[in-house]
Amino acid sequence: MSKTENMRKSIKAIVEKYHGEESSLIAILQDIQQEYNFLPKEALNLLSEETKMPLSRIYEVSTYYNSFSLTPRGRHVVQVCAGTACHIKGSPKLLSRVENELDIKCGETSEDLMFTLKDVRCLGCCSLAPVIKVDDHIYAYMTEDKIPEILESYRK
Amino acid sequence: MNSLLAKMRAKGIKSLAPSKTKIMVGMATCGIASGAELVYNALADEIKKQKLDIILSKTGCIGMCYREPLVDVIEPTHPRLTYSKVSPKDVTAILNQIGEGKKKDKKPYCRIDEENLIINEEKMSYLTSTLPDDMKVIPLMSEIDFYKKQVKIATRNCGFIDPGNIDEYIARGGYFSLQKILFGIEPEKVIDEVEGSGLRGRGGGGFPTGFKWRSCRNAPGEVKYVICNGDEGDPGAYMDRSIMEGDPHSVIEGMIIGAYAIGAQEGYIYVRDEYPLAVRALTEAVSQAREGGFLGKDIFNSGFSFDIKISKGSGAFVCGESTALMASLEGKAGEPRAKYVHTVEHGLWDQPSNLNNVETWANVPVIMSRGKDWFSQIGSKKSTGTKVFSLVGNVKNVGLIEIPMGTTLKEIVYDIGGGIPKGKKLKAVQTGGPSGGCIPEGLIDLPVGFDELTKAGSMMGSGGMIIMDENICMVDVARYFEEFLQGESCGKCVPCREGVRRMREILEDICNGKGRDGDIELLEDMSQAIIDGSLCALGSSAPNPVLSTIRYFRDEYNAHILEKRCPAGVCQELAHAE
Repeated sequence: MSKTENMRKSIKAIVEKYHGEESSLIAILQDIQQEYNFLPKEALNLLSEETKMPLSRIYEVSTYYNSFSLTPRGRHVVQVCAGTACHIKGSPKLLSRVENELDIKCGETSEDLMFTLKDVRCLGCCSLAPVIKVDDHIYAYMTEDKIPEILESYRK
Repeated sequence: MNSLLAKMRAKGIKSLAPSKTKIMVGMATCGIASGAELVYNALADEIKKQKLDIILSKTGCIGMCYREPLVDVIEPTHPRLTYSKVSPKDVTAILNQIGEGKKKDKKPYCRIDEENLIINEEKMSYLTSTLPDDMKVIPLMSEIDFYKKQVKIATRNCGFIDPGNIDEYIARGGYFSLQKILFGIEPEKVIDEVEGSGLRGRGGGGFPTGFKWRSCRNAPGEVKYVICNGDEGDPGAYMDRSIMEGDPHSVIEGMIIGAYAIGAQEGYIYVRDEYPLAVRALTEAVSQAREGGFLGKDIFNSGFSFDIKISKGSGAFVCGESTALMASLEGKAGEPRAKYVHTVEHGLWDQPSNLNNVETWANVPVIMSRGKDWFSQIGSKKSTGTKVFSLVGNVKNVGLIEIPMGTTLKEIVYDIGGGIPKGKKLKAVQTGGPSGGCIPEGLIDLPVGFDELTKAGSMMGSGGMIIMDENICMVDVARYFEEFLQGESCGKCVPCREGVRRMREILEDICNGKGRDGDIELLEDMSQAIIDGSLCALGSSAPNPVLSTIRYFRDEYNAHILEKRCPAGVCQELAHAE
């Protein structure tokens, strides 16, 4: 099977899961992103074909919400919490340290597609501020000097 | 329904206070982040290795975040003992001191002998024999400073039950309110009760809940919706996450009661994408409630049908606004619309829709059980009941607290919070998230309530309370919030989209030593334009952080602008006072 056919098959399955309902567009896009780690252009074209939803509507939603990415994301997503409690406990310094370590700016993905760096407000762990999250793991009471070691553990 | 509830209750009681030892680990997101999962796994391994006859279970967040990870040991007849700041290497010591007459070398942080269940006045006793001598020195949880002034209504079960076990929820009085109203109280009377209780929306605005319900009930239309706003977006607030993760059934039961009163058939819970554990807990709870017959068609042959769907947000702060949230539920970009068309008449899919936040829903079963008079005597006259706050920032005891409305900021910061660490001075209390403001130390005697906080230039918001010490720069805080709001403005109204951006730029200049005489007045002018020209609350309250800091900390602005000096020593480009 060609790559496109494969993709069509999985898009079809996702659309069917939500009975092709237009109101489920956000959930459908979340599932597509779950599968491909971002929203590939071809996938959105196929989604439009499968659901008969105009491509403009799909793009409107995909570009509106912060959690969707139209470009490939790194294998690991690093999120520095910039909530109020984290901010006053030094999260701006944490963010610039991670930027330096990964040599990318907030919102970017490293060239080797290993890391994507984002800021997030907030993770709701304000009692443990400042925190950062790598994939599903939240690191509490972060300090700048812990950052290199944590990032290194994901390079393996 | 009677016999089913009795059966599930009996099962739940057995599970809450079993005839053998039970250990619970606080496993909400905050618990896990501070290492509770490692502790849980170490306990599981050791129990297996030593072949101990002990039940190991998970629970939600009890609020004492400053002592996490927390482990509770419940031995039959003994008080419930809470060990705090537990690490995996403490596990063997804790297990070794379980059993009659064993010495408690590893000291528990506190104990509970007996608890009053707030929902039904029953007591839950752990201590059923005489208190062993060595346990007398362990303080009672209710007598710890952090808990002394707390009254737990919305968070009544968090940290006490396994959120994945519906029987335990029922054992602590859950779903009995639903039974009471389904078979004996007319919908109108349910609304009377909620209205009489004085309950106001816990999500921020403080709109009277009963009035909202009645408007929705009276709105013409066959199909109606109830919605739970779990899009807790205010940075610094996490009480809704804690309730969704630790006691999801309290929200579900509240929604069923609301739907019955309003005449809705379908409900939605809209949860932030950033709260995966809450989504999981709610999904599990909804399917248990369905299995038990609490949700679905013709609930317990009452003729009333209702079901709930869970919908995940996708990272847009403005979706916490009710009209934007409903647009998002419809699968659209979450842009707010003008509110002169009320959502209680034309909401989700243009049908009458009633939206309340998580904490509001969680209060409902208790109000229905204890009655409006009981509820309204708690708190203050215009702000009845309790409010959950996340007490965070520069304060010793950080955590979730639930206090009667009318408690003063001073009591919160010093009596409950234990004061400011490192002997520093309190500077301000930030409430209301990006829509709120900074209340200065001089107003420390202010009682918390919807109207009191608004009058002081801030607002209640969803309950984030960030304590700021003398080393925090108020201009930087204002800049921080405008930067946040600039990123989260949906872009529909020009004054909000462009105005907030310009305000952020001016504040950034001030922080970077490029402030100009007249900037303060310009900020005030722009604020008024943004307030007047924005459709939704995100825009119309966006100037609050700026206005409240100018109001109370004008000197600090002047020091930045005129003397190129940051008194708190935060702004890097400026001179610092040594």
